[in-house]
Amino acid sequence: MSLKKRIHQFFISLRLGFFLALRQIRRSSKWTTILIIFVMTLTFLNLVVVSGILVGLIEGSVVAVKSRYLSDVIVSTLQEKTYIENSPYVVAVAKSLPWTEAVSARYLEGGTIEANYKTRVKETDLIDNVGIIVAGINPTDEDAVTGIKDLIVEGSYLTATDYDQVLLGHNLLRKYLPIESPGFSTLQDVEVGDKVRLIINGNTREVIVKGILKSKVDEISRRVFMTDTQLRSLIGRSDYNVDEISILLKPGSDPVVARDAMLASGIGAYAKVQTFEEGLPKFLIDIKNTFALLGNMVSSIGLVVASITIFIVIFINAITRRKFIGILKGIGIHSTAIEFAYVLQSLFYAIMGTFLGAIILFGFLKPYIASNPIDFPFSDGILVATLSGTLVRVLILFIATLIAGYIPAKIVVRQNTLDAILGR
Amino acid sequence: MITVEKLVKSFHSGESELVVLKGMSFTVPEGQFLSVTGRSGSGKSTLLYQLGLLDNPNSGSIIIDNTKVLDLTTREKTQFRLERLGYVFQDYALLPELSSLENVMLPLLMMGGNKSQARAKAQAALSKVGLGDKLINLPSQLSGGQQQRVSIARAIGHNPKIIFADEPTANLDSETAEAVIKTFLELHKEGQTIIMVTHEEEYSRCTDRVITLSDGEIISDIMQVKT
Repeated sequence: MSLKKRIHQFFISLRLGFFLALRQIRRSSKWTTILIIFVMTLTFLNLVVVSGILVGLIEGSVVAVKSRYLSDVIVSTLQEKTYIENSPYVVAVAKSLPWTEAVSARYLEGGTIEANYKTRVKETDLIDNVGIIVAGINPTDEDAVTGIKDLIVEGSYLTATDYDQVLLGHNLLRKYLPIESPGFSTLQDVEVGDKVRLIINGNTREVIVKGILKSKVDEISRRVFMTDTQLRSLIGRSDYNVDEISILLKPGSDPVVARDAMLASGIGAYAKVQTFEEGLPKFLIDIKNTFALLGNMVSSIGLVVASITIFIVIFINAITRRKFIGILKGIGIHSTAIEFAYVLQSLFYAIMGTFLGAIILFGFLKPYIASNPIDFPFSDGILVATLSGTLVRVLILFIATLIAGYIPAKIVVRQNTLDAILGR
Repeated sequence: MITVEKLVKSFHSGESELVVLKGMSFTVPEGQFLSVTGRSGSGKSTLLYQLGLLDNPNSGSIIIDNTKVLDLTTREKTQFRLERLGYVFQDYALLPELSSLENVMLPLLMMGGNKSQARAKAQAALSKVGLGDKLINLPSQLSGGQQQRVSIARAIGHNPKIIFADEPTANLDSETAEAVIKTFLELHKEGQTIIMVTHEEEYSRCTDRVITLSDGEIISDIMQVKT
């Protein structure tokens, strides 16, 4: 048979396969069809959601670190320096970029915070103190970049004129982090309005707790925040040189372009300029990759289960219709057309399952989890399901379904025609 | 039209061999209505399966329409069955999820005709067997006789050279069976070659020729003179 004739025959078989599949689906048991589609929907969700949640646990953390701390571009001290030299110039350059929405410069200093200095009566009484990083911020600028004001869970946020007032990250307080561990100290019985002692560079200040910030980003939850003017005076930084500058870009701006523009202005001589992705802690990226791998492994098991389900469904369907398959062959219907009919049926189940799964995923699950993140100790877990990633999984599901539908159809179709007709 | 020479078919059951067709030879000219009769187990259905290319004989040759059909590949045999042969089975063998029209359309679609052509031909075939008003009925909505007539319509829809009918009246009451035989006779009148296996003498008497088998051999081959 010539190639042209074979191709023609192939399309005839495909058309007849479609004709048969359509009628078999239309006139088969509705409950069976619904059940198979339900299984395929669950398989699709298993494929996308399980890995999406696992990746989303870390992605939630990444998003939080970006939006609440690093922002789009982060400028930090060079390795051999203690602060960013020429900071006023660096800030001015950052603010002058056409893509910049807001800039927050932070002073950072190590210190200690002590709570029970008034109630401690003996020298041998344990000191209730915690080692901390104090961040000196311009309250308005910081809120514009990281929306830190929204993280206040008790008390109120700082104003530019606040003096001797601090915000505490919630993980510094025992009532929020009830962990008894020698290496992880917290302050006991500290409430908003209480006085605590701040020791920085040998200077001691008694400050009032104005508010408590709750966040799953360590750079917020384990820090103490005060106004930049007071911290500057406490550490004697009269040159206005800061330690960190976070730059929030306008929506749609490319952080890489902004970073390159900063470096082109010669900022590289004074500071390290990184996009948020470059500034992410390496362990976060490692965990993200590990969780993605785990997600793919779990999804693969789901895929195998789905393939076996489809195989069994099609095999039983084909076996129970063995006589009719024999008759079809007997009256001259080509095997290819009969196989197509079963493969197309499998594909129908996969398409319907995927379609319903996609509606559930993008219409309900993803928006619901986005507005009600899963509360994990280290992050607010979101569901990561990108369109491209989902399409790849759909493609894999379709290929697995096609194979799972084709094999049983082939097994039954290749049986002896007369035996099939006579039920032998 | 059909030439059969020294056709042998045997089945193995354990170590024993059961020879069902013992070197049968005969010819069937074009347009003949032949009935094959005989007792149960005489080999009449087995003969029909060999002639209809549904089974492979052990030896011998079958020439249909100048084609040595036993030399064809499986794929070629399927195509040959599609283009030149039509089948009517004892139990109608209709696909339950297809309507009468769709059952008849199947071979026509496989032959490459477009859907509207196939529909028109199928409709004509169903009208020919008196079922022009049952196009959309599923087999389960038809009586046994009607189902058998759908089966005949499917066999004739694509204008085959030969129709093979395996006990087409076995499952029908006498009135319905007579209607089915009448349909065959009308087709025969139009020049259709028909080979029908039957164990009912009254129906074999309606045909041009009766071959009677016993133990895999032809014991009589009678041309009948119609009055």
